[in-house]
Amino acid sequence: MSHELVLQHLSVGYDDKIVLSDISQTLEAGQMVCMLGSNGAGKSTILRTLAGFQPALSGKVMIGGRDLTSLSVSERSKTVSVVLTERVEVPYMKVADLALMGRAPYTGFFGKPAREDRIIAREAIEMVGIGSLAERTVDTLSDGERQKALLAKALAQRTPVILLDEPTAFLDFHAKVSILRLLRRLAHELNRIILLSTHDVEMAIQLSDGLWVVQDGEITAGTAAMLTKNGVLGHYLQAEGISYDEKERTLKIR
Amino acid sequence: MAVLMILLSTLNVFCGSLDIPMADVWRILCGNEVEGHPAWSVIILQGRIPQMLTALLTGMALGTCGLLLQTAFRNPLAGPSILGIDSGANLGVAIVLLLLGGTTSIAGLTLGGQFLIIIAAMAGALSIMALLMVLSKLLRSQVMLLITGVIISYVTGSIIQLLNYSATEQGVFNFVMWGMGNFASVGIERLPIFCILTCTGLLLALLLIKPLDALLLGDRYAENLGIRIGRVRQMLLLVTGLLTSTTTAFCGPISFIGLAVPHLARLALGTSYHSTLMPATMLIGANLSLLCNLLSTLPRDGSIIPISVITPIIGAPVVLHVILKQNTTKL
Repeated sequence: MSHELVLQHLSVGYDDKIVLSDISQTLEAGQMVCMLGSNGAGKSTILRTLAGFQPALSGKVMIGGRDLTSLSVSERSKTVSVVLTERVEVPYMKVADLALMGRAPYTGFFGKPAREDRIIAREAIEMVGIGSLAERTVDTLSDGERQKALLAKALAQRTPVILLDEPTAFLDFHAKVSILRLLRRLAHELNRIILLSTHDVEMAIQLSDGLWVVQDGEITAGTAAMLTKNGVLGHYLQAEGISYDEKERTLKIR
Repeated sequence: MAVLMILLSTLNVFCGSLDIPMADVWRILCGNEVEGHPAWSVIILQGRIPQMLTALLTGMALGTCGLLLQTAFRNPLAGPSILGIDSGANLGVAIVLLLLGGTTSIAGLTLGGQFLIIIAAMAGALSIMALLMVLSKLLRSQVMLLITGVIISYVTGSIIQLLNYSATEQGVFNFVMWGMGNFASVGIERLPIFCILTCTGLLLALLLIKPLDALLLGDRYAENLGIRIGRVRQMLLLVTGLLTSTTTAFCGPISFIGLAVPHLARLALGTSYHSTLMPATMLIGANLSLLCNLLSTLPRDGSIIPISVITPIIGAPVVLHVILKQNTTKL
């Protein structure tokens, strides 16, 4: 799965309001990129646009050389998978069932999974490290485990691009680290493009392959080192009581 | 479950408000006349059997409807009666019975009149469904949607009251009788059209199994799994509208079956997957409705208890159970 995600002069937003305009960025396969930005900066809007939930106002999104808008709903479901912030509460649904849902784009009219679908779903559960929870129902999981189960669904979907909207929100500290490390490993090992939004700035700086800083209607991309050097991170993080230690790449809070 | 259905169906034919000896029922079913009781053949063949089939199909239809609505709105308390969909159908029927007809009972209506009632019920049910679909986009909270359903019921109720006020005595009587719910009102003549409409709805519902499974996760996830949400919603609208309006138009408003049956099915199977849940819902719905029909003939003096009296007694505990279970998490 060697694909590129290319944003060409992309403008995103709603009929009456442009949130971000003229974005041009490229994401390579095998990278985990974290999107940073204040609430309302447009992180979710851009994720929704890349997932095809809302149309781009102008510009293009190319995935593996194909225009996102030219893909049918079915083709799109095999190209981009998502993990969203909305809670998944389905009575009696087991982790194994949830992962199997990721096979829906590949199953037939009645959605009956084939043996191969079960194997792929099972592998996905193992990959996110919750193999022992496969038979547990989703509502009995901790928040971190549930995020991993949803990630297993996304992996089972076998898409070159995985988008996650604030996957670390509501998690405790250890779970946050665990999920980000997992995402990075999966991006590298499976050669996927993983783009996520987060407010966990320090972890993103330490763990991501690249950062997108969304502020003032623009996206500035680069590695943590680059964005530190050119002052973008310092500018973004600057606030009363906070200082960004550029040498250590950590936050100091007074 | 299927065995139980056969058993209940049989009981429905053998037991009725009029005592007919078992042996004689059997004789009639085998095509023989019982000497001295020519009316018995009519009762069995043109009364009880169509009534049994009506109860069976109505139970299937309402249970399926409830399941579709609960998944579509992601709300365990959704059902045709609670969301006010059948009140929409009521209004349609009321307009026909009270304003236009008024002098004949449903059973006495011409075929054209029958169609008019179905179409009116359908129009009522579909407009309420469409309204709810729009509102559900705006109302994020489950409770708000339910309250909206209750308000819709009040509004249609008051319009119906108004219609009652200006209608003829006969029209009001007909409407009240219809409102009590009765599986017998379909009868042998209208059974074919009733079967066609409900079976079409049920078959269409079976075609929605995969999208419904995906919808369990929510619209966004479903769309990301390759489901065309817009089209599926239209289908859901059509199927639930068809099933609710058909059963309501023919049998009167039958509450709680639609709401309670999917929960019984989930409880029995321990799954949310529609590939098994939907057939189970259909079977349990049929069973429950056959049971209600059986109970309605309990007074052995030839009269029957209205169905709408029985279903809440069975359905309400199930609903309470669901609310109490929800209460521990969140509503």
